[in-house]
Amino acid sequence: MCETCGCAEGAKVTIINLKTGKAVEASSEHHHGHAHAHAHDHEQGHNHTHEHGHGHDHTHHAHDHHRHHHEHATAVPLEQAVLAKNDALAERNRAWFAGREILTLNLVSGPGAGKTALLERTLQNLAGRHEFFVIEGDQATSNDGERIKAAGAPAVQINTGSGCHLDAGMVARGLAELKPSFGSILFIENVGNLVCPALFDLGETAKVAILSLPEGEDKPIKYPHMFRAASLLLINKIDLLPHLDFDLDLALTFARQVNPAIEIMTVSARTGAGLDRWCDWISAASRRARETAAARFREAVP
Amino acid sequence: MHELALAESIVDMVAGHAASRRVRRITVEIGALACVMPDALRFCFGLAAAGTVLEGARLEIAEVRASARCRACGNTFFQDTFWTACPCGERDFERLTGEELRVKEYELDATAVT
Repeated sequence: MCETCGCAEGAKVTIINLKTGKAVEASSEHHHGHAHAHAHDHEQGHNHTHEHGHGHDHTHHAHDHHRHHHEHATAVPLEQAVLAKNDALAERNRAWFAGREILTLNLVSGPGAGKTALLERTLQNLAGRHEFFVIEGDQATSNDGERIKAAGAPAVQINTGSGCHLDAGMVARGLAELKPSFGSILFIENVGNLVCPALFDLGETAKVAILSLPEGEDKPIKYPHMFRAASLLLINKIDLLPHLDFDLDLALTFARQVNPAIEIMTVSARTGAGLDRWCDWISAASRRARETAAARFREAVP
Repeated sequence: MHELALAESIVDMVAGHAASRRVRRITVEIGALACVMPDALRFCFGLAAAGTVLEGARLEIAEVRASARCRACGNTFFQDTFWTACPCGERDFERLTGEELRVKEYELDATAVT
């Protein structure tokens, strides 16, 4: 278990608006012992009488002198998904995107696979054809965010501190700063990590996984959750194929083993190989996002 | 490592329901393919529970075996890995169990101060 990248309690998440240079600290969602009203008490089957009233003041240390000894079982069924809170926020993001006909792509990969370089190249290729917005996620630095800004797209940089993934709450706060336009395309470049981001729905339309040649062809079966969650796999740095012992057919086989439905393309952010096909995929996905949203609206309104 | 974030979510959720009452035990269901290491979760639970009404509570983990329904032949089968094929040979399946990450129930301390 990694001891150096744990999402530490109290870790500072900051969101940097690269247009204004303003940095906003997002307080940790994890707070304990907060006082708020509960209306639940007497469902637990406590059938004893009290000689005094109880308020919800949470200063229970003052009550030591009157402990009640109950022998009845107090197992309370909960049946609540641990990720319910993140999933609820993700669904809210998803509805927000649908309402604005925004295509949102969550780019995931190990560190150094080429997400940012590919984005820079993509923004260049599709300049003028779509409006783009980018949310960049890293533990630290605005390096990637600045590169995207230089490439001509509005961006916010989310620094997770010691966090190893973006979550739906961070994305929602990023959106408040970024304000992507109606009908635009939003790229979310997740923290470089093939493990944790698979678990955290951000509300995206689709996950796009990027695997680069130097990483090796067995990554899809080593990190099955991520590759199963992705709709599209981009095999990047394909220009290095003559120089590496990378078995491309095996990579395709492994990817299809964990996800029979996954689409796969080979690209090179450096040479531009495969970029047109990837850009056509983006344009088609954006068109579908707009048509789906419009169709849903028509269905809802007779 | 995301087990700490998950442990914090679990503690937040149960502490919210338990209010100021001490929690003695919680039972969490983790699917075998849920992308969560039970040992890591145990370790992080201790950290996350410190200073809350869950401090010292026993964390019970009920592991759920993975199963899926084959879309080709309609059979239900158990899966030991992420991509275990149906006995009929096909890999086009709908996963039924194995990815759960749920707090099943919690138990309050019988001597809870009320």
